[in-house]
Amino acid sequence: MLEGKKTLRVLIAKPGLDGHDRGAKVMAKALMDAGMEVIYTGLHQRVETIVTAASDEDVDILGLSILSGAHLGYTRKIIAGLRQAGAQDIKVLVGGNIPAQDIPLLLEMGAENVFSGSSPQEVIDYINKFINSKDLIADGVR
Amino acid sequence: MGDAPKDLRDSLHQWYLKNGVDHQPKISNDSGISIKPLYTPLEQLDTVYMDKIGLPGEYPFTRGVYPLMYRSKVWTMRQYSGYATAKESNERNKYLYQQGVTGLSVAFDLPTQMGYDSDDSEIEDEVGRVGVAIDSLADMELLFKDIPLDQISTSFTINAITPIILAMYLTVGEKQGVPRAKLTGTLQNDILKEYFSRGAFIFPPRPALQMIADTFEFCSREMPKFVPVSVCGYHIRETGADAVQEIAYAFLNAMAYIDGALARGLKIDDFASRISFNFSAHMNLFEEVAKFRAARRIWARLLREHYSARDPKSWKMLFFAGTSGSTYTAQQPENNIVRGTIETLAIVLGGGQALTVNTKDEGHAIPSEKATLTALRTQQIVADESGVADTADPLGGSYYVEALTDAMEENILAVMDEIQSYGGIVKAIEEGMIQRKILQKAVETARALEKGQKIVVGVNKYVIQEEKPEGLHAWNYKQVEEQQEHLRKVKVQRNDENVTKALQQLRMTVQNGENIMPATMEAVQNYCTVGEMCSVLREVFGEFQEPTQVF
Repeated sequence: MLEGKKTLRVLIAKPGLDGHDRGAKVMAKALMDAGMEVIYTGLHQRVETIVTAASDEDVDILGLSILSGAHLGYTRKIIAGLRQAGAQDIKVLVGGNIPAQDIPLLLEMGAENVFSGSSPQEVIDYINKFINSKDLIADGVR
Repeated sequence: MGDAPKDLRDSLHQWYLKNGVDHQPKISNDSGISIKPLYTPLEQLDTVYMDKIGLPGEYPFTRGVYPLMYRSKVWTMRQYSGYATAKESNERNKYLYQQGVTGLSVAFDLPTQMGYDSDDSEIEDEVGRVGVAIDSLADMELLFKDIPLDQISTSFTINAITPIILAMYLTVGEKQGVPRAKLTGTLQNDILKEYFSRGAFIFPPRPALQMIADTFEFCSREMPKFVPVSVCGYHIRETGADAVQEIAYAFLNAMAYIDGALARGLKIDDFASRISFNFSAHMNLFEEVAKFRAARRIWARLLREHYSARDPKSWKMLFFAGTSGSTYTAQQPENNIVRGTIETLAIVLGGGQALTVNTKDEGHAIPSEKATLTALRTQQIVADESGVADTADPLGGSYYVEALTDAMEENILAVMDEIQSYGGIVKAIEEGMIQRKILQKAVETARALEKGQKIVVGVNKYVIQEEKPEGLHAWNYKQVEEQQEHLRKVKVQRNDENVTKALQQLRMTVQNGENIMPATMEAVQNYCTVGEMCSVLREVFGEFQEPTQVF
C-alpha cells in the first residue's frame, strides 16, 4: 500500500427497478470496514440521480449493482451521463449477475471492471491494487 | 410397546376411527414392511407428547395441518413462470399444465410490479426481463387464454399493486364464465416484506396496509376461495436473514395484516383460515424441517390464545415453500439440481402444502424450458418414487428433530418479542432497524464463506474451471416493441371518456379512504393501464423513501 494514501470515496448505486439489495449492502459494508468512505443510494434510482450524486459527492468509484438483467442499458446511460457531467475520471465498477458474454461489452462501454459472483474481499483487493484516490493523484503521487 | 400413556392410546384409536384411516389403501415399502400412516410415542414414549406434538390435523399441528397429509392429497406443484409477453407466458403455462403442474404461478416483470407501463422510456430496459409485462386487462386476457380458470388455481407474486391484478383476474374469470366466488388462487399481497427484503414497494407502509385491508375485506365478502395474502418469509431469508428471523418477521407482518382486518370489523374466524405463508428451504435439512414444525405450533397458539380464534381451521398454518435461490450457485449449475432435491425434501418432510423448485440456471437467467421441466420432475420424483409421502410427518418423534423443533420455537418467539418491545414491525421498518438486523446476518454469511467456515461446493471448495452455461433464456428487445405496439392498440381502441371518468373515480375513492376494489374494477374494465392507475395512487399516497443509514 502506498504511504500517505488518502481515503477512497465510493458511491454504491442501485439503478432502475431492481429490488435485490443484499449484494450492494454487503459490499458497501465491506468497503466501509476496509476503511473507505461509502455512500449508498438506496433502491430504485434514476440514471440522472446517480450521475448527479456521483459527481456532486466527487467520488473516486461508482459501484453499480444490477440483478434485473438490465445492466447493459443502465451502465451505458450512466457512463454517458458521467462524461457529459465532466466526471469521466470516476471509475465505474459493475456487480450483479452478469452473463459472461456481457462482460466485454461493459468494459468496452467504459466500465473499469465487472464483478459477478465475486466475494467482497476480491473487490477490495482489486480496488487496493488498481485504484488510487483522486486526491492522491492530485498531490502528484501515483 | 409396553407403557404408553393411556390417553394417547385412546386418542389414537379415536383418530383412526374419526378419519377412516383403516379404510385407506395400505402402503408397504420394498422390504415388505407395512408403513403406518402415522408413528407416535407408542413407538417412542414421551410424556409431553399430546401437548407439544400431538396428532396431524389436530392442535397444535406440529405434525401437519391435515390428518393424512400427502396420503390424502399430495402438495400443489407449481413452477414460478413469466416471460416477456402475455402470449409467450400463456404458451409456457399451457405447456406446464400439460406436464402436470397443478397450479400456475405468475411472475410479473418489474415495471408491472412497480406500476409503470411498457411504453415508459425511463424503464424500457426492464420490460419483460424477469416476468410477464401486464399493461392492461388486454394482457391478462391473453395470459389466461384457453386456460380454464375453474380448474386451476393461480398464484400471483404481486404486492404493491395487488388490487389491480386481482381486479384483472376476476374480470378475466367472469369473461370465461367463471363466477368470482369460484375462482381459486393466492395473492402474495405481503407489502411489509417489500420494504425490508424484496424491494418492490411503491407507496409508504401505512396507505399500503390500507389497500391490503381492502383486499382482505373484498375477498372475505366476494371471493371466499381466494387466499388474499401469502405472507413471505422467503424473501426475508433471501436477503440474508436466518431461519429464525425468517419465521419471526413473517409472523409479525402477518399480525399487522390481521390487526388491520380486525380494525375493519372483520371477525378473526372469517378470514384467518385463508392466510397462507410462503417460506424458503435452505440446505440444512433438519433445521428446515424443525423450522416448519415449530412455525406451525407457534401459529396455532398465537391464533388460538392471542387472537381467540375458535374455529380450528383458523389455527392451521398452511404454507407454500420454494427451494432457495440464494443457496444455488452460478458455478457448476448442475449441482443445483441436487440442492433442489434436498430442499424439496425439507419442504415435504416439513409438511408444505405447495412448492416450487428453482431451476438450475437460477444464477444466470430466468428459467429455460428444459431447466423448468427438470425442476418439476424433481417434485414428481420426490412425490411418486421416494416414499416420503407415505406417512404423516415421518421425522416426528426423532429425538433430534423434536429437540430442534423446541429450540427453533424458543428462538423465534424471542425474536418476535424483541421487535414488539421495540415498538412493532412498522416502526422497525420505517427506522431501518429490521434492515440493519438482516444486513448483519448477510455480512456474517459473506465472511463465513470467505473464510471457508461455511462450505458451498463449487464456490469455496471443489472449484473447477467453469464451462460457459448453455441453453439459457435470452431477453429480446423485439418483444418490448411488440408489447409497446400492443399497448398502443389498446389505447386506440378503448373509450377515452370512460377512462378519464374511471381514473377520477379511483382518485376520489382513495382520497376518501373508501375500499379501493370497486373503483379499481371499474378502471380495469375500461382498460385503464397499470401506469395510469398507479400515477393516480402515487399522487394521492406519495412514494416510500427507503432509510439508507442501515450499516
